[in-house]
Amino acid sequence: MVIAGAATSEYSRADLHGGPAVKFSDVSMGFDEGEVLRGVSFAVAERETLILLGETGTGKTLTLKLAAGLLRPSSGRVEVLGEDVSEMSERELLEFRRKIGFVFQEGALFDSMTVEENVAYRLREEHVPESEIAPRVEEVLEFVELGHTLEMLPSELSGGMRRRVSIARALVSRPEIVLYDSPTAGLDPVTSQTIITLILRLRDVYGVTSLLATHRLQDGFALANFRFDAKEKSVVRLAKGQQAGAVTRFMVYRHLEGKNEAGNEEYDNGIYFDGTPEEVMTSKDPYIRRFLV
Amino acid sequence: MADAPLQVTGPEVKADVRTPVREVLTDVFRTFVAGVQDYSLLCARSVSNIFSRPFYFQDTLTQMDDIGVGSLPIVLLAGLFIGAVLVLQTATQFVRFGQASLTGDAVSIALVRELGPTLTGLLVAGRCASGIASELGSMQVTEQVDAMRAMGTDPYRKLVTPRVVATLLMVPLLTALNDFVGLLGGCISAMFSLRLGAVEFWTRAINALDLGDLMQGLAKPVVYGFILATVGCYKGLTVRGGTQGVGRATTQAVVVSSVMIIIADLFLTKFALYMSDKIF
Repeated sequence: MVIAGAATSEYSRADLHGGPAVKFSDVSMGFDEGEVLRGVSFAVAERETLILLGETGTGKTLTLKLAAGLLRPSSGRVEVLGEDVSEMSERELLEFRRKIGFVFQEGALFDSMTVEENVAYRLREEHVPESEIAPRVEEVLEFVELGHTLEMLPSELSGGMRRRVSIARALVSRPEIVLYDSPTAGLDPVTSQTIITLILRLRDVYGVTSLLATHRLQDGFALANFRFDAKEKSVVRLAKGQQAGAVTRFMVYRHLEGKNEAGNEEYDNGIYFDGTPEEVMTSKDPYIRRFLV
Repeated sequence: MADAPLQVTGPEVKADVRTPVREVLTDVFRTFVAGVQDYSLLCARSVSNIFSRPFYFQDTLTQMDDIGVGSLPIVLLAGLFIGAVLVLQTATQFVRFGQASLTGDAVSIALVRELGPTLTGLLVAGRCASGIASELGSMQVTEQVDAMRAMGTDPYRKLVTPRVVATLLMVPLLTALNDFVGLLGGCISAMFSLRLGAVEFWTRAINALDLGDLMQGLAKPVVYGFILATVGCYKGLTVRGGTQGVGRATTQAVVVSSVMIIIADLFLTKFALYMSDKIF
Protein backbone atom coordinates (compact mmCIF):
# COMPACT_ATOMS: atom_id res chain seq x y z
CA MET A 1 0.00 0.00 0.00
CA VAL A 2 1.48 3.33 -0.99
CA ILE A 3 0.67 6.46 0.94
CA ALA A 4 0.39 8.65 -2.10
CA GLY A 5 -2.62 10.32 -0.61
CA ALA A 6 -4.96 9.04 -3.27
CA ALA A 7 -8.43 8.51 -1.94
CA THR A 8 -8.52 5.22 -3.75
CA SER A 9 -5.91 3.57 -1.50
CA GLU A 10 -6.74 0.18 -0.01
CA TYR A 11 -7.61 1.91 3.18
CA SER A 12 -10.26 4.32 1.97
CA ARG A 13 -13.80 3.80 3.07
CA ALA A 14 -15.63 3.57 -0.20
CA ASP A 15 -18.34 1.47 1.40
CA LEU A 16 -19.89 3.39 4.26
CA HIS A 17 -22.08 1.58 6.74
CA GLY A 18 -24.98 3.86 6.22
CA GLY A 19 -25.53 4.63 9.88
CA PRO A 20 -23.78 6.86 12.35
CA ALA A 21 -20.23 5.81 13.19
CA VAL A 22 -20.69 6.64 16.87
CA LYS A 23 -23.99 7.11 18.65
CA PHE A 24 -24.63 7.88 22.31
CA SER A 25 -28.20 7.49 23.56
CA ASP A 26 -29.02 8.97 26.96
CA VAL A 27 -25.69 7.97 28.45
CA SER A 28 -24.96 8.69 32.07
CA MET A 29 -21.69 8.02 33.77
CA GLY A 30 -20.26 8.87 37.10
CA PHE A 31 -17.91 7.79 39.83
CA ASP A 32 -18.06 7.76 43.62
CA GLU A 33 -17.41 11.49 43.61
CA GLY A 34 -20.51 12.17 41.53
CA GLU A 35 -21.92 12.11 38.04
CA VAL A 36 -19.91 13.55 35.20
CA LEU A 37 -22.21 12.86 32.28
CA ARG A 38 -25.96 12.78 32.53
CA GLY A 39 -28.32 11.92 29.68
CA VAL A 40 -25.79 12.60 26.93
CA SER A 41 -27.00 11.92 23.40
CA PHE A 42 -25.25 12.65 20.14
CA ALA A 43 -24.31 10.99 16.87
CA VAL A 44 -21.22 11.23 14.71
CA ALA A 45 -21.63 10.39 11.04
CA GLU A 46 -18.97 8.46 9.15
CA ARG A 47 -15.99 10.56 8.08
CA GLU A 48 -17.17 13.36 10.31
CA THR A 49 -14.90 15.05 12.82
CA LEU A 50 -16.27 15.82 16.25
CA ILE A 51 -14.34 18.20 18.47
CA LEU A 52 -15.01 17.72 22.19
CA LEU A 53 -14.16 20.97 23.88
CA GLY A 54 -14.17 21.76 27.56
CA GLU A 55 -12.28 22.32 30.77
CA THR A 56 -10.44 19.57 32.57
CA GLY A 57 -12.68 17.12 34.32
CA THR A 58 -15.83 17.82 32.31
CA GLY A 59 -16.07 14.38 30.73
CA LYS A 60 -14.26 14.60 27.39
CA THR A 61 -11.86 11.72 28.10
CA LEU A 62 -14.72 9.82 29.65
CA THR A 63 -16.74 10.13 26.43
CA LEU A 64 -13.82 8.81 24.41
CA LYS A 65 -13.28 5.87 26.76
CA LEU A 66 -16.97 5.04 26.63
CA ALA A 67 -16.84 5.09 22.83
CA ALA A 68 -13.87 2.69 22.87
CA GLY A 69 -15.63 0.41 25.35
CA LEU A 70 -12.88 0.91 27.91
CA LEU A 71 -15.56 1.94 30.37
CA ARG A 72 -19.18 0.95 30.66
CA PRO A 73 -21.84 3.64 31.18
CA SER A 74 -24.00 3.59 34.29
CA SER A 75 -27.01 3.88 31.99
CA GLY A 76 -27.78 4.45 28.32
CA ARG A 77 -26.43 2.94 25.11
CA VAL A 78 -23.23 3.46 23.21
CA GLU A 79 -23.31 2.26 19.60
CA VAL A 80 -20.17 2.22 17.51
CA LEU A 81 -20.30 1.20 13.85
CA GLY A 82 -23.76 -0.15 14.43
CA GLU A 83 -22.88 -2.40 17.36
CA ASP A 84 -23.89 -1.87 20.96
CA VAL A 85 -20.61 -1.46 22.78
CA SER A 86 -22.15 -1.04 26.23
CA GLU A 87 -23.51 -4.58 26.17
CA MET A 88 -20.50 -6.44 24.81
CA SER A 89 -18.43 -8.79 26.92
CA GLU A 90 -14.75 -8.06 27.35
CA ARG A 91 -13.82 -10.80 24.91
CA GLU A 92 -16.10 -9.43 22.17
CA LEU A 93 -14.74 -5.97 22.86
CA LEU A 94 -11.17 -7.08 22.37
CA GLU A 95 -12.11 -8.25 18.88
CA PHE A 96 -14.11 -5.15 18.19
CA ARG A 97 -11.40 -2.69 19.18
CA ARG A 98 -9.45 -3.60 16.08
CA LYS A 99 -11.60 -1.10 14.23
CA ILE A 100 -10.86 1.68 16.67
CA GLY A 101 -7.62 3.57 17.16
CA PHE A 102 -7.07 5.36 20.46
CA VAL A 103 -4.43 8.02 20.98
CA PHE A 104 -4.00 8.52 24.73
CA GLN A 105 -3.22 11.79 26.43
CA GLU A 106 0.45 11.28 27.19
CA GLY A 107 0.92 8.76 24.41
CA ALA A 108 0.78 5.79 26.81
CA LEU A 109 3.58 4.01 24.96
CA PHE A 110 4.86 0.83 26.59
CA ASP A 111 8.02 2.23 28.09
CA SER A 112 10.01 -0.96 28.25
CA MET A 113 9.57 -1.63 24.53
CA THR A 114 11.25 0.01 21.55
CA VAL A 115 9.31 2.15 19.09
CA GLU A 116 9.18 -0.72 16.63
CA GLU A 117 7.81 -3.10 19.28
CA ASN A 118 5.25 -0.52 20.36
CA VAL A 119 3.96 0.12 16.87
CA ALA A 120 4.00 -3.56 15.89
CA TYR A 121 2.35 -4.60 19.17
CA ARG A 122 -1.13 -5.04 17.84
CA LEU A 123 0.04 -6.88 14.76
CA ARG A 124 2.07 -9.31 16.83
CA GLU A 125 -0.89 -9.92 19.13
CA GLU A 126 -2.95 -10.81 16.07
CA HIS A 127 -0.20 -13.17 14.88
CA VAL A 128 0.34 -11.33 11.62
CA PRO A 129 3.35 -12.91 9.87
CA GLU A 130 6.64 -11.11 10.53
CA SER A 131 7.18 -10.55 6.82
CA GLU A 132 4.05 -8.42 6.75
CA ILE A 133 4.71 -6.61 10.01
CA ALA A 134 7.95 -4.88 9.01
CA PRO A 135 6.62 -3.04 5.94
CA ARG A 136 3.43 -1.95 7.74
CA VAL A 137 5.37 -0.60 10.69
CA GLU A 138 7.73 1.29 8.41
CA GLU A 139 4.78 2.64 6.46
CA VAL A 140 3.02 4.18 9.47
CA LEU A 141 6.26 5.48 10.96
CA GLU A 142 7.04 7.16 7.64
CA PHE A 143 3.55 8.66 7.72
CA VAL A 144 4.34 10.31 11.05
CA GLU A 145 7.86 11.08 9.82
CA LEU A 146 9.67 9.03 12.43
CA GLY A 147 11.09 6.24 10.30
CA HIS A 148 14.51 6.58 11.91
CA THR A 149 13.38 5.86 15.46
CA LEU A 150 12.67 2.14 15.15
CA GLU A 151 15.12 0.97 17.79
CA MET A 152 14.74 3.83 20.25
CA LEU A 153 12.98 3.62 23.59
CA PRO A 154 10.14 6.03 24.42
CA SER A 155 12.28 7.65 27.12
CA GLU A 156 14.73 8.72 24.42
CA LEU A 157 12.06 10.58 22.44
CA SER A 158 10.72 14.08 22.92
CA GLY A 159 7.09 14.61 23.94
CA GLY A 160 6.01 15.46 20.42
CA MET A 161 7.76 12.43 18.99
CA ARG A 162 6.08 10.20 21.54
CA ARG A 163 2.67 11.53 20.50
CA ARG A 164 3.47 10.83 16.88
CA VAL A 165 4.56 7.27 17.66
CA SER A 166 1.34 6.88 19.60
CA ILE A 167 -0.61 7.97 16.51
CA ALA A 168 1.39 5.54 14.37
CA ARG A 169 0.60 2.76 16.85
CA ALA A 170 -3.12 3.53 16.64
CA LEU A 171 -2.93 3.61 12.85
CA VAL A 172 -1.15 0.39 12.14
CA SER A 173 -4.29 -1.71 12.14
CA ARG A 174 -6.07 0.70 9.75
CA PRO A 175 -8.92 1.68 12.06
CA GLU A 176 -12.17 3.23 10.86
CA ILE A 177 -12.49 5.51 13.85
CA VAL A 178 -9.68 7.30 15.66
CA LEU A 179 -10.20 8.75 19.13
CA TYR A 180 -7.73 11.44 20.17
CA ASP A 181 -7.44 12.42 23.82
CA SER A 182 -5.85 15.89 24.02
CA PRO A 183 -3.22 15.13 21.38
CA THR A 184 -1.62 18.57 21.66
CA ALA A 185 -1.74 18.93 25.43
CA GLY A 186 1.57 20.05 26.89
CA LEU A 187 3.22 20.63 23.52
CA ASP A 188 4.70 23.84 22.17
CA PRO A 189 2.82 25.59 19.33
CA VAL A 190 5.14 24.34 16.59
CA THR A 191 4.89 20.69 17.64
CA SER A 192 1.13 21.09 18.09
CA GLN A 193 0.96 22.23 14.47
CA THR A 194 2.76 19.06 13.40
CA ILE A 195 0.29 16.90 15.28
CA ILE A 196 -2.73 18.74 13.88
CA THR A 197 -1.32 18.45 10.36
CA LEU A 198 -1.00 14.71 10.93
CA ILE A 199 -4.61 14.49 12.07
CA LEU A 200 -5.67 16.46 9.00
CA ARG A 201 -3.77 14.09 6.77
CA LEU A 202 -5.37 11.11 8.47
CA ARG A 203 -8.81 12.55 7.97
CA ASP A 204 -8.41 13.64 4.38
CA VAL A 205 -6.16 10.86 3.09
CA TYR A 206 -7.68 7.89 4.91
CA GLY A 207 -11.17 9.18 5.53
CA VAL A 208 -11.29 8.15 9.18
CA THR A 209 -14.01 9.31 11.51
CA SER A 210 -12.33 11.35 14.25
CA LEU A 211 -13.33 12.31 17.75
CA LEU A 212 -10.89 14.77 19.19
CA ALA A 213 -10.99 15.92 22.81
CA THR A 214 -9.14 19.15 23.47
CA HIS A 215 -9.26 22.31 25.52
CA ARG A 216 -7.74 24.38 22.72
CA LEU A 217 -10.24 25.87 20.34
CA GLN A 218 -7.61 26.61 17.70
CA ASP A 219 -7.11 22.88 17.16
CA GLY A 220 -10.77 22.53 16.34
CA PHE A 221 -10.72 25.51 14.02
CA ALA A 222 -7.63 24.20 12.27
CA LEU A 223 -9.51 21.00 11.50
CA ALA A 224 -12.62 22.89 10.46
CA ASN A 225 -10.95 25.44 8.22
CA PHE A 226 -8.11 23.52 6.62
CA ARG A 227 -7.65 20.40 4.62
CA PHE A 228 -4.70 18.36 3.46
CA ASP A 229 -4.08 18.58 -0.25
CA ALA A 230 -2.60 15.30 -1.37
CA LYS A 231 -1.21 16.72 -4.62
CA GLU A 232 0.46 19.74 -3.01
CA LYS A 233 1.38 17.54 0.00
CA SER A 234 0.53 20.45 2.25
CA VAL A 235 -2.23 21.95 4.33
CA VAL A 236 -4.52 24.28 2.41
CA ARG A 237 -7.09 26.69 3.76
CA LEU A 238 -10.67 25.97 2.79
CA ALA A 239 -12.63 28.65 1.00
CA LYS A 240 -15.58 30.00 2.95
CA GLY A 241 -18.50 27.62 2.87
CA GLN A 242 -16.48 24.81 1.34
CA GLN A 243 -16.67 21.41 2.99
CA ALA A 244 -13.53 19.28 3.27
CA GLY A 245 -15.46 16.19 2.36
CA ALA A 246 -15.50 15.64 6.10
CA VAL A 247 -17.78 17.75 8.24
CA THR A 248 -16.48 19.18 11.50
CA ARG A 249 -18.70 19.74 14.52
CA PHE A 250 -18.13 21.05 18.01
CA MET A 251 -19.43 19.84 21.33
CA VAL A 252 -18.65 21.94 24.38
CA TYR A 253 -18.56 20.34 27.81
CA ARG A 254 -19.08 21.93 31.17
CA HIS A 255 -19.17 20.77 34.76
CA LEU A 256 -22.55 19.59 35.97
CA GLU A 257 -24.26 21.42 38.81
CA GLY A 258 -22.69 24.68 37.81
CA LYS A 259 -24.48 27.83 36.96
CA ASN A 260 -23.97 29.87 33.83
CA GLU A 261 -23.09 33.51 34.03
CA ALA A 262 -26.73 34.51 34.34
CA GLY A 263 -26.99 32.39 37.48
CA ASN A 264 -29.30 29.78 35.99
CA GLU A 265 -28.90 26.07 35.81
CA GLU A 266 -29.25 25.77 32.05
CA TYR A 267 -27.61 22.52 31.30
CA ASP A 268 -27.73 19.34 33.26
CA ASN A 269 -26.05 16.79 31.04
CA GLY A 270 -22.47 17.89 30.76
CA ILE A 271 -22.91 18.98 27.15
CA TYR A 272 -23.29 22.66 27.05
CA PHE A 273 -23.32 23.29 23.33
CA ASP A 274 -23.44 21.27 20.14
CA GLY A 275 -23.00 22.98 16.78
CA THR A 276 -20.98 24.00 13.77
CA PRO A 277 -17.71 25.93 13.76
CA GLU A 278 -19.51 29.06 12.53
CA GLU A 279 -21.90 28.94 15.47
CA VAL A 280 -18.98 28.69 17.88
CA MET A 281 -17.17 31.58 16.24
CA THR A 282 -20.18 33.86 16.39
CA SER A 283 -21.45 32.73 19.79
CA LYS A 284 -22.24 35.41 22.36
CA ASP A 285 -22.20 32.97 25.28
CA PRO A 286 -19.60 34.07 27.84
CA TYR A 287 -18.47 30.50 28.63
CA ILE A 288 -17.79 29.70 25.00
CA ARG A 289 -16.14 33.02 24.38
CA ARG A 290 -13.58 32.15 27.06
CA PHE A 291 -12.22 29.47 24.77
CA LEU A 292 -11.92 31.93 21.91
CA VAL A 293 -9.14 33.88 23.61
CA MET B 1 -31.20 31.69 27.83
CA ALA B 2 -33.12 34.95 28.00
CA ASP B 3 -36.35 33.20 29.01
CA ALA B 4 -35.15 31.77 32.29
CA PRO B 5 -35.99 33.88 35.34
CA LEU B 6 -33.09 35.61 36.99
CA GLN B 7 -32.39 34.16 40.39
CA VAL B 8 -30.79 36.34 42.96
CA THR B 9 -28.84 34.28 45.39
CA GLY B 10 -26.99 35.47 48.44
CA PRO B 11 -23.60 34.19 49.56
CA GLU B 12 -23.75 30.43 49.92
CA VAL B 13 -23.86 29.15 53.44
CA LYS B 14 -22.01 25.90 53.89
CA ALA B 15 -23.87 23.62 56.23
CA ASP B 16 -21.79 22.08 58.96
CA VAL B 17 -21.51 18.55 57.62
CA ARG B 18 -20.33 15.96 60.06
CA THR B 19 -20.48 12.40 58.80
CA PRO B 20 -21.81 10.05 61.49
CA VAL B 21 -19.43 7.34 62.64
CA ARG B 22 -21.87 4.67 61.58
CA GLU B 23 -21.78 5.94 57.99
CA VAL B 24 -18.00 5.99 57.94
CA LEU B 25 -17.81 2.44 59.23
CA THR B 26 -20.43 1.28 56.71
CA ASP B 27 -18.40 2.87 53.91
CA VAL B 28 -15.21 1.21 55.09
CA PHE B 29 -16.95 -2.13 55.36
CA ARG B 30 -18.48 -1.76 51.93
CA THR B 31 -15.13 -0.83 50.39
CA PHE B 32 -13.54 -3.83 52.08
CA VAL B 33 -16.18 -6.24 50.80
CA ALA B 34 -15.95 -4.78 47.28
CA GLY B 35 -12.18 -5.18 47.49
CA VAL B 36 -12.47 -8.81 48.52
CA GLN B 37 -14.88 -9.40 45.63
CA ASP B 38 -12.58 -7.79 43.07
CA TYR B 39 -9.59 -9.65 44.45
CA SER B 40 -11.40 -12.99 44.26
CA LEU B 41 -12.38 -12.31 40.65
CA LEU B 42 -8.77 -11.52 39.83
CA CYS B 43 -7.63 -14.79 41.42
CA ALA B 44 -10.24 -16.80 39.55
CA ARG B 45 -9.38 -15.19 36.22
CA SER B 46 -5.65 -15.56 36.68
CA VAL B 47 -6.06 -19.33 37.10
CA SER B 48 -8.75 -19.87 34.45
CA ASN B 49 -6.60 -18.04 31.90
CA ILE B 50 -4.03 -20.83 32.16
CA PHE B 51 -6.43 -23.23 30.52
CA SER B 52 -7.33 -21.18 27.45
CA ARG B 53 -5.53 -19.36 24.66
CA PRO B 54 -3.68 -17.13 24.18
CA PHE B 55 -1.01 -18.05 26.67
CA TYR B 56 1.92 -15.68 26.99
CA PHE B 57 4.74 -18.17 27.33
CA GLN B 58 7.57 -15.69 26.83
CA ASP B 59 6.23 -13.38 29.52
CA THR B 60 5.90 -16.30 31.92
CA LEU B 61 9.54 -17.29 31.36
CA THR B 62 10.67 -13.71 31.97
CA GLN B 63 8.74 -13.63 35.22
CA MET B 64 10.13 -16.99 36.32
CA ASP B 65 13.58 -15.55 35.80
CA ASP B 66 12.78 -12.35 37.68
CA ILE B 67 11.00 -14.02 40.57
CA GLY B 68 12.89 -17.30 40.82
CA VAL B 69 16.44 -16.58 39.85
CA GLY B 70 16.23 -12.99 41.06
CA SER B 71 15.19 -14.01 44.57
CA LEU B 72 17.83 -16.71 44.85
CA PRO B 73 20.59 -14.65 46.52
CA ILE B 74 18.45 -13.32 49.32
CA VAL B 75 16.68 -16.61 49.94
CA LEU B 76 19.91 -18.60 50.11
CA LEU B 77 21.67 -16.04 52.27
CA ALA B 78 18.80 -15.81 54.70
CA GLY B 79 18.44 -19.59 54.80
CA LEU B 80 22.10 -20.13 55.56
CA PHE B 81 22.16 -17.79 58.52
CA ILE B 82 18.77 -18.73 59.90
CA GLY B 83 19.79 -22.39 59.87
CA ALA B 84 22.98 -21.57 61.71
CA VAL B 85 21.21 -19.44 64.31
CA LEU B 86 18.51 -22.05 64.81
CA VAL B 87 21.06 -24.71 65.64
CA LEU B 88 22.81 -22.43 68.11
CA GLN B 89 19.58 -21.54 69.89
CA THR B 90 18.14 -25.04 70.11
CA ALA B 91 21.44 -26.66 70.94
CA THR B 92 21.76 -24.75 74.22
CA GLN B 93 18.47 -26.30 75.33
CA PHE B 94 19.34 -29.86 74.29
CA VAL B 95 22.82 -29.69 75.80
CA ARG B 96 21.17 -29.22 79.20
CA PHE B 97 19.75 -32.74 78.90
CA GLY B 98 22.93 -34.09 77.38
CA GLN B 99 21.18 -34.69 74.09
CA ALA B 100 23.06 -32.31 71.82
CA SER B 101 22.69 -34.72 68.94
CA LEU B 102 18.93 -34.19 68.91
CA THR B 103 19.57 -30.70 67.58
CA GLY B 104 19.70 -31.99 64.02
CA ASP B 105 16.25 -33.57 64.32
CA ALA B 106 14.64 -30.52 65.81
CA VAL B 107 16.15 -28.01 63.39
CA SER B 108 15.33 -30.14 60.40
CA ILE B 109 11.67 -30.46 61.28
CA ALA B 110 11.34 -26.78 62.16
CA LEU B 111 13.00 -25.69 58.95
CA VAL B 112 11.22 -27.98 56.54
CA ARG B 113 7.76 -27.74 58.06
CA GLU B 114 7.60 -24.13 59.07
CA LEU B 115 10.53 -21.77 58.86
CA GLY B 116 11.66 -22.61 55.37
CA PRO B 117 8.31 -22.05 53.63
CA THR B 118 7.24 -19.07 55.71
CA LEU B 119 10.58 -17.32 55.59
CA THR B 120 10.87 -17.85 51.86
CA GLY B 121 7.29 -16.70 51.41
CA LEU B 122 7.84 -13.50 53.35
CA LEU B 123 11.17 -12.74 51.68
CA VAL B 124 9.80 -13.26 48.20
CA ALA B 125 6.68 -11.27 49.14
CA GLY B 126 8.84 -8.38 50.26
CA ARG B 127 10.94 -8.50 47.13
CA CYS B 128 8.46 -9.46 44.43
CA ALA B 129 5.01 -8.35 45.59
CA SER B 130 6.36 -4.81 45.84
CA GLY B 131 8.04 -5.07 42.43
CA ILE B 132 4.88 -6.40 40.82
CA ALA B 133 2.68 -3.75 42.44
CA SER B 134 4.95 -0.88 41.46
CA GLU B 135 5.41 -2.11 37.90
CA LEU B 136 1.73 -2.68 37.26
CA GLY B 137 0.81 0.44 39.20
CA SER B 138 3.10 2.60 37.07
CA MET B 139 1.59 1.10 33.95
CA GLN B 140 -1.89 1.77 35.28
CA VAL B 141 -1.30 5.46 36.06
CA THR B 142 0.36 6.11 32.69
CA GLU B 143 -2.63 4.55 30.89
CA GLN B 144 -0.48 1.75 29.49
CA VAL B 145 -2.97 -0.84 30.79
CA ASP B 146 -5.80 0.99 29.03
CA ALA B 147 -3.65 1.20 25.89
CA MET B 148 -3.20 -2.56 26.07
CA ARG B 149 -6.95 -3.08 26.29
CA ALA B 150 -7.52 -0.58 23.47
CA MET B 151 -5.25 -2.72 21.34
CA GLY B 152 -7.07 -5.93 21.97
CA THR B 153 -4.88 -7.50 24.66
CA ASP B 154 -6.41 -8.78 27.88
CA PRO B 155 -4.19 -7.31 30.62
CA TYR B 156 -5.06 -10.19 32.95
CA ARG B 157 -3.67 -12.67 30.45
CA LYS B 158 -0.59 -10.66 29.63
CA LEU B 159 0.32 -9.26 33.03
CA VAL B 160 -1.34 -11.25 35.82
CA THR B 161 -1.38 -14.88 34.71
CA PRO B 162 2.35 -15.05 33.84
CA ARG B 163 3.24 -13.71 37.27
CA VAL B 164 0.92 -16.11 39.05
CA VAL B 165 2.23 -19.13 37.13
CA ALA B 166 5.80 -18.01 37.78
CA THR B 167 5.29 -17.78 41.55
CA LEU B 168 3.40 -21.09 41.71
CA LEU B 169 6.39 -22.79 40.11
CA MET B 170 9.25 -20.83 41.62
CA VAL B 171 8.38 -20.34 45.27
CA PRO B 172 8.32 -24.09 46.08
CA LEU B 173 11.68 -24.48 44.34
CA LEU B 174 13.09 -21.56 46.28
CA THR B 175 11.74 -23.08 49.46
CA ALA B 176 13.42 -26.39 48.76
CA LEU B 177 16.74 -24.64 48.21
CA ASN B 178 16.19 -22.57 51.32
CA ASP B 179 15.63 -25.72 53.36
CA PHE B 180 18.78 -27.31 52.02
CA VAL B 181 20.95 -24.27 52.60
CA GLY B 182 19.39 -23.87 56.06
CA LEU B 183 20.44 -27.37 57.00
CA LEU B 184 23.86 -26.67 55.57
CA GLY B 185 24.21 -23.61 57.73
CA GLY B 186 23.00 -25.56 60.69
CA CYS B 187 25.50 -28.29 59.98
CA ILE B 188 28.40 -25.86 59.81
CA SER B 189 27.22 -24.22 63.00
CA ALA B 190 26.89 -27.60 64.71
CA MET B 191 30.38 -28.65 63.61
CA PHE B 192 32.13 -25.57 64.87
CA SER B 193 30.09 -24.61 67.91
CA LEU B 194 28.87 -27.94 69.21
CA ARG B 195 31.64 -30.19 67.97
CA LEU B 196 28.99 -32.43 66.44
CA GLY B 197 29.99 -34.67 63.57
CA ALA B 198 28.73 -33.49 60.19
CA VAL B 199 27.68 -36.96 59.11
CA GLU B 200 25.80 -37.55 62.32
CA PHE B 201 24.03 -34.22 62.03
CA TRP B 202 22.98 -34.82 58.45
CA THR B 203 21.82 -38.38 59.02
CA ARG B 204 19.66 -37.43 61.96
CA ALA B 205 18.31 -34.37 60.14
CA ILE B 206 17.21 -36.39 57.12
CA ASN B 207 15.86 -39.33 59.12
CA ALA B 208 13.76 -37.03 61.26
CA LEU B 209 11.72 -36.02 58.25
CA ASP B 210 8.77 -37.99 57.01
CA LEU B 211 6.52 -37.64 54.00
CA GLY B 212 4.00 -35.53 55.90
CA ASP B 213 6.66 -32.94 56.67
CA LEU B 214 7.72 -32.73 53.06
CA MET B 215 4.14 -32.49 51.84
CA GLN B 216 3.46 -29.71 54.25
CA GLY B 217 6.71 -27.96 53.51
CA LEU B 218 6.18 -27.94 49.75
CA ALA B 219 2.44 -27.33 49.65
CA LYS B 220 2.63 -24.19 51.75
CA PRO B 221 4.92 -22.35 49.31
CA VAL B 222 2.43 -22.97 46.50
CA VAL B 223 -0.25 -21.14 48.45
CA TYR B 224 2.16 -18.40 49.54
CA GLY B 225 3.30 -17.87 45.96
CA PHE B 226 -0.28 -17.55 44.78
CA ILE B 227 -1.04 -15.04 47.54
CA LEU B 228 1.92 -12.78 46.90
CA ALA B 229 1.45 -12.66 43.13
CA THR B 230 -2.29 -12.02 43.23
CA VAL B 231 -2.05 -9.40 45.95
CA GLY B 232 0.78 -7.64 44.12
CA CYS B 233 -1.17 -7.64 40.85
CA TYR B 234 -4.39 -6.53 42.52
CA LYS B 235 -2.76 -3.63 44.32
CA GLY B 236 -0.92 -2.60 41.17
CA LEU B 237 -3.93 -2.66 38.88
CA THR B 238 -6.20 -0.77 41.30
CA VAL B 239 -3.85 2.14 41.86
CA ARG B 240 -5.42 5.59 42.06
CA GLY B 241 -3.70 8.91 42.43
CA GLY B 242 -0.48 9.08 40.44
CA THR B 243 2.95 8.48 41.88
CA GLN B 244 1.79 8.75 45.47
CA GLY B 245 -0.78 6.10 44.75
CA VAL B 246 1.88 3.80 43.31
CA GLY B 247 4.00 4.20 46.44
CA ARG B 248 1.02 3.46 48.64
CA ALA B 249 0.05 0.43 46.56
CA THR B 250 3.59 -0.96 46.75
CA THR B 251 3.68 -0.71 50.53
CA GLN B 252 0.22 -2.16 50.91
CA ALA B 253 1.08 -5.06 48.61
CA VAL B 254 3.93 -6.11 50.87
CA VAL B 255 1.98 -5.63 54.09
CA VAL B 256 -1.19 -7.35 52.94
CA SER B 257 0.58 -10.30 51.31
CA SER B 258 2.82 -10.79 54.35
CA VAL B 259 -0.13 -10.76 56.74
CA MET B 260 -2.11 -13.11 54.52
CA ILE B 261 0.84 -15.49 54.34
CA ILE B 262 1.12 -15.58 58.11
CA ILE B 263 -2.60 -16.16 58.56
CA ALA B 264 -2.62 -18.82 55.84
CA ASP B 265 0.27 -20.48 57.62
CA LEU B 266 -1.84 -21.14 60.68
CA PHE B 267 -4.69 -22.68 58.73
CA LEU B 268 -2.42 -24.68 56.45
CA THR B 269 -0.46 -26.06 59.40
CA LYS B 270 -3.64 -27.12 61.14
CA PHE B 271 -4.92 -28.71 57.96
CA ALA B 272 -1.61 -30.46 57.29
CA LEU B 273 -1.40 -31.88 60.79
CA TYR B 274 -4.95 -33.13 60.49
CA MET B 275 -4.20 -34.72 57.11
CA SER B 276 -0.99 -36.35 58.30
CA ASP B 277 -2.95 -37.93 61.12
CA LYS B 278 -5.46 -39.34 58.70
CA ILE B 279 -3.27 -40.29 55.77
CA PHE B 280 0.40 -40.59 56.54
